[in-house]
Amino acid sequence: MKQLLTLQINNETYEFWASIHKTLLEVLREDLRLTGTKHGCELGECGACTVLINGEPILSCLILPVEVQGKEIMTIEGLAQPDKQGSDCKAHPLQTAFAKEGASQCGYCSPGMLMTAKALLDKNSNPDRKEIREALSGNLCRCTGYAKIVEAVEQAAEQVRELTATL
Amino acid sequence: MNKKENFQWIGKSWTQVGGLAKAKGETVYADDIFLPRMLYAKMLGSPHAHALIKSIDVSPALERPGVIAAITGKDLPVPYGILPVSQDETALCVDKVRMVGDPVAAVAAIDEETAEAALEDIVVEYEPLPSILSIEEGLAEEKVQIHQYAAQGNIHKKVALEFGDTESGFSQADHLREELFYYEGSTHLPLEQHSAVAQLGSNNRLTLWSSTQTPHYVHRTLSKVLEMPASRIRVIATPVGGGFGGKTDPFQHEIVVCKLAMLSGRPVKLTLTREEVFYTHRGRHPVLMWVRAGIKSDGSITALHFRNFLDGGAYGSYGVASTFYTGALQTVTYPIANYKFEAMRVFTNKAPCGPKRGHGTPQPRFALEVLLDKFSEDLGVNPAELRLRHLVPSNSKTVNHLTVTTNGLDECIRKVTLASKFGMKRKNMLPEKGIGLACSSYLSGAGLPIYWNKMPHSGVQIKIDRGGGVTVFCGSVDIGQGSDSILAGIVAEELGIHLQHVIIVTADTDLTPVDLGSYSSRVTLMTGNAAIEAVKPLREQILSAASEVLKIEVEDLTIKNDKISLKDGSRELTTFVEAVQWAETKYGTLGSVGSYTPPRHGGDYKGSGVGPSPNYSYSACVAEVSCDSESGWYSVDKIWIAHDIGQAINEKLVIGQVEGSVYMGLGEAMMEEQVYRPGKSDIGGLHKNPSMLDYKSPTSLDMPEIETILVETNDPEGPYGAKEAGQGPLLPIMPAIANAIYNAVGVRVDEVPITPEKIYKGLQNIKSAKKAKNGEIGRIGPTKFPDVVFPEPVYVEPPQ
Repeated sequence: MKQLLTLQINNETYEFWASIHKTLLEVLREDLRLTGTKHGCELGECGACTVLINGEPILSCLILPVEVQGKEIMTIEGLAQPDKQGSDCKAHPLQTAFAKEGASQCGYCSPGMLMTAKALLDKNSNPDRKEIREALSGNLCRCTGYAKIVEAVEQAAEQVRELTATL
Repeated sequence: MNKKENFQWIGKSWTQVGGLAKAKGETVYADDIFLPRMLYAKMLGSPHAHALIKSIDVSPALERPGVIAAITGKDLPVPYGILPVSQDETALCVDKVRMVGDPVAAVAAIDEETAEAALEDIVVEYEPLPSILSIEEGLAEEKVQIHQYAAQGNIHKKVALEFGDTESGFSQADHLREELFYYEGSTHLPLEQHSAVAQLGSNNRLTLWSSTQTPHYVHRTLSKVLEMPASRIRVIATPVGGGFGGKTDPFQHEIVVCKLAMLSGRPVKLTLTREEVFYTHRGRHPVLMWVRAGIKSDGSITALHFRNFLDGGAYGSYGVASTFYTGALQTVTYPIANYKFEAMRVFTNKAPCGPKRGHGTPQPRFALEVLLDKFSEDLGVNPAELRLRHLVPSNSKTVNHLTVTTNGLDECIRKVTLASKFGMKRKNMLPEKGIGLACSSYLSGAGLPIYWNKMPHSGVQIKIDRGGGVTVFCGSVDIGQGSDSILAGIVAEELGIHLQHVIIVTADTDLTPVDLGSYSSRVTLMTGNAAIEAVKPLREQILSAASEVLKIEVEDLTIKNDKISLKDGSRELTTFVEAVQWAETKYGTLGSVGSYTPPRHGGDYKGSGVGPSPNYSYSACVAEVSCDSESGWYSVDKIWIAHDIGQAINEKLVIGQVEGSVYMGLGEAMMEEQVYRPGKSDIGGLHKNPSMLDYKSPTSLDMPEIETILVETNDPEGPYGAKEAGQGPLLPIMPAIANAIYNAVGVRVDEVPITPEKIYKGLQNIKSAKKAKNGEIGRIGPTKFPDVVFPEPVYVEPPQ
């Protein structure tokens, strides 16, 4: 059985029919082909499928799309913002820091990790290492030992603070 | 080749090729592929650990609306396996199942839900057989065989080698020790579940996209099992979302999707569930070890004897190589005058073990480094001093005929002990704090390929566009270790151009020359050397054409920063792009190839194929721990690690590999266990914790600070002197922690993982016995060793 869904994703409205049993993760990936959001377990254990719902990091494998109608959903595809001055789609400071610091090795945990980090920085643009580690503790990474990830978040936080200061 | 001080890219830290795409969610992994009319496949796994298949009926599944195709083992009967000596797998079980989860049938349907529901329609009749779930059971059970081709009963492989005369070595020793160690199995746990998509084109060519570390071996296997010429099959390795050795075999699901795509005429995708990933495994072998060692009072090792039992699981996989690896590399760190190595790999009805980061070497390394810690106590010598006194020299051969070109362990030990203040801390450690040291070594690529041939191990092809774009084609696979970046950096360095002009095309059997794959830490060294060779003629053509046009001697010209300039740096003459066009005018289309075959370094005895490598990396690690002397609860407070990298190609990526290795080692040391329910009951052989929650792995909160020190030895075999980085630094972590725990609370845990529960038991033993002597009373570890007769060893004279 299918239902009509209206979802606000990355500032765009998507209206579509989807099977009622599908999770938000499945709808994002399979129906909308927003494959940037990953899955590692589909049981709420690894954090790879993290998206933001009204700014809060939520595991999209544990939520049904009907529950988030009318709410702001942000996936990794929405993290890079179009540059108002030019035509480039600007990467978020977190994304540039992840690339620069080598915080993505295989890259598979990165989208979920980045969404969790974004939620942290939105609330606290000056987190200490402990707060970063705490915030990311639900996102598993098997490549990096988390060291470069924590460094990248720190570096991005600094940039976010600079950007906010210049606004 | 440029001189070190003039490097533009080598040794620097540039952003990983594809790094930003990964951070933007743009990278297309196998499960991100959606093709028109694509079907979804699922496999039906066995509920039994060991059983005969009496009958399978898939016809009820085919009646379900939405099911397009269904197959069983009879549709894919050709056996295969990664090693030529272990062709013991089939894509779907034909007449018996050997483990829980062993796939017996597969279906393809219009969506995943229908495919999953259809599995329940399949009727399978099993006749359960007694299951074998441990090394001991495997050794004892002679009649019920998991595989009939086993060496004896359920013993898959027996190895016995002796180098020199160990008995006489032991008689010369001043101190002897006989110890038992156990190393539990663990799994890779990549974040990305294995996934594959297959499509049969209307041109009758089959394409497989798969998350694999070894597209070339998958290509060969598909050709064999599907009985199709390899020229009609294209294998594309998609970016691998974590491998660590777990995606190095050809797998059932890869073959199954191909067959289903051929039968249905539609694209088919199969992504394993997380539970299936745990059963697919090929991870760390559980190994039970008996070690006898003799040393002189100066600490030199007169004789060493290892006897290992490996719990292999249900199939061969890389197991024969793993078995040899549990004996091969003990010799490359400290000179061992006489060495004996015996091992048996036992088949059991559990998920097959294979290569996990460090392949077969972390287990004996753990034993050896803990043993040295015990000896240092016997002798009253600082453990660092004991090791520094006796190191395998550069340009030497080990007792088992391995060639060591450069050994940076001396510098590694000195730097890591200095940074951690090891000597001082050992003398003045606070109560419940401990510090431990361990060293290790690993190969930069196996010296021999998996199937016997004399062809190159790595090929690189380059074409230069007249617009200045340099496209590099190579069969290598970036599994996150950064191999694409290494390839791009080396080509940019050799051509004197910016990285942004280098385009990397990898891991596609239609487009790229063969590289054997991302395993055995071989890629930087082998593709790097092949790339350098491939650039050479192109650079010569570009400079010679420039010389002709500019009327300047070719010897006076160089390429740097995208410009042709005078070698003395006094003048830039023209752009790289213009010189490329001059070269194309003079020579025609610009293209070249380079290949690399490792030198023949090993001995010539049977079994000498495992262990040789162009060079060996070295690592030394100091771990500092805090351990509660009541509960045994502990934390690792800091890890210092020095790694002999030869020469870093990209420093930041090397440090990333070292940190990742430390992390994975910590997981094994502290918590990770791939374990099964015992017994002959219905649930015997079930994985105990096949989920990411129950299989404990370290989170960001569990990770201590890591201080990485890189040591450069400029090895003559590596590109620019480079060695491997991805596996070696894992090896010293487990023994360093074990040694630190002993230093903290006097409990010797002679097995991995080192859990608080085990330490607690050791503390209890110490309390009840009151007098702890040399850690023997507080020792936790195996106490029994199977009494099995090993074959007469192959005697090998040590090199002169």
